[in-house]
Amino acid sequence: MKEILELLENDARLTPRQIAAMLDLEEKTVAGIIKDLEEKKVILGYFTLVNWDKVGEEKVTALIEVKISPQREVGFDAVAERVYRFPEVRTVRLVSGTYDLLVLVQGNTLKEVAEFVSQKLALLENVLSTTTHFVLKTYKHQGTIVEDGEEDRRLMITP
Amino acid sequence: MKTPRKWQDRINPSVQEIPFSGIRRFFDLVSEMKGVISLGVGEPDFVTPWHIREACVYSLEKGYTMYTSNKGMLELREEIARYLAETYRVVFDPRNEILITVGVSEGLDLAMRTILCPGDEVLIPEPSYVSYAPVTKLAGARPVHLKTSAENGFVVTAGMVEKAVTSRTKALVLCYPNNPTGATIDRQHLLEIAEVVRKHDLIVVSDEIYDRLTYSGEHTCVSALPGMRDRTILLNGFSKSYAMTGWRVGYAAGNRDFISAMTKIHQYTMLCAPITAQAAALEALKNGRPGMQRMVEQYNRRRRLLLQGFQEMGLPCFEPRGAFYAFPDISNTGMSSEEFAQELLQEEKVAVVPGNAFGDQGEGFVRCSYAASVEDLTEALRRMGRFLKRRESGGRILTAFFTGEEPKKEGIYQTL
Repeated sequence: MKEILELLENDARLTPRQIAAMLDLEEKTVAGIIKDLEEKKVILGYFTLVNWDKVGEEKVTALIEVKISPQREVGFDAVAERVYRFPEVRTVRLVSGTYDLLVLVQGNTLKEVAEFVSQKLALLENVLSTTTHFVLKTYKHQGTIVEDGEEDRRLMITP
Repeated sequence: MKTPRKWQDRINPSVQEIPFSGIRRFFDLVSEMKGVISLGVGEPDFVTPWHIREACVYSLEKGYTMYTSNKGMLELREEIARYLAETYRVVFDPRNEILITVGVSEGLDLAMRTILCPGDEVLIPEPSYVSYAPVTKLAGARPVHLKTSAENGFVVTAGMVEKAVTSRTKALVLCYPNNPTGATIDRQHLLEIAEVVRKHDLIVVSDEIYDRLTYSGEHTCVSALPGMRDRTILLNGFSKSYAMTGWRVGYAAGNRDFISAMTKIHQYTMLCAPITAQAAALEALKNGRPGMQRMVEQYNRRRRLLLQGFQEMGLPCFEPRGAFYAFPDISNTGMSSEEFAQELLQEEKVAVVPGNAFGDQGEGFVRCSYAASVEDLTEALRRMGRFLKRRESGGRILTAFFTGEEPKKEGIYQTL
């Protein structure tokens, strides 16, 4: 099971048939395991990494440090939920250190993101402060180097 | 007009006599084409892991740009000695029983030149890597081929060695896991061979460059067999297991007399292996094993993928258990290895290496490397399947059915 997840994490397009061949399993078994993992929400989804810059699409991404005050009984979770329910918010993580939530927000313009922070996020109850860092350039994303990976430079035939 | 002088006459006849590697002609053909998926590459598709490259860059920044000792950096030799002791329980003194070479290629040349005299015979398994015979000839000796085949798992047996030994036989080359067949050899076979080797007082030159790329069973190091340490010249390196082909760094390990004599030649012809590559090799040995194991795991998956693909298209293939090659039997198509490779390339743009490049015993086979991405392998299989199917319907293929799911004994798929 772990091996199947590792393979899919690297390439979600692998078919159960390919995976079965690679791991020396039955195709049916693999398909069953994958279905089970999907149902149990171990596999949460399949996505495509897109370099939007290359198609001239302007997207604005900001990493926001958020300090919050935890609530009785529900701790940080209830506050986090109020944050991650916003569709603009792509990622929310509770972290150790000088702030509590690391929030990744994506929008179409700088203004849009700025407005989201100042008019939505910062105003939430229990949010004490925010620090916004706009992303200037992405070098590596999800383990993938954005520019020139390392293409195959080998000769076509070697002994 | 003056006729151009024929410089050819002035070339040493023994150099004239050895042919270019059979791969070369095919390479020229491939390099002119576009959109080719190549399964013809004898090197990892991984780039050297970053921590190794980074260590090398650091060594340059620190100014490590000079010669090293002829034998190579002591620290690297010590690390190699440790690796061999830990992995195979065979002990070499890093001070005078290990020599850092410019890849196994140089190690092989040094070994042959060190031990061979004119008239000596060297037993070389076939099919095998393209260098053994030419290097033997250049050292003035005569290669004698031990013909292995799919039926015997492409391994040399004690019986074959015994049969081929003459009073002139000086050495036996062992090269497992094997390029091009992917065959591995088990301990029992080796013990039997070792007995014959000792009986006839032969020297073994063991090329174990693919030792870490063993997917089924454990690799046995020839030097680690009882009574074999001193009569074996062990050749290994970093190219395949650590994806470091272009760095050209390897090593030889053996008794101090052999290593000392090899060092003499190395001293005058090579001086030392490049320090930059040695620094990288040191990093590979010290910190590269987890990464190396991940690569091996990936090769293994691709190996299974390729084998299943061959099985589905009815191409009989001996199950390779090491290296990163599969060596399917294409004789049922009625084509020769070269025809198959050439037509497959022209029609479907998939490059494989004709088996006869690795000796006459390779005729009827092609070498497919699975050091390629899953995507490329899948597409290459699709194209090969299409190619075979067309041959079948065109009446050129005789029979190419895969007989049964299970490999026959010892993982040998039956060839019709």
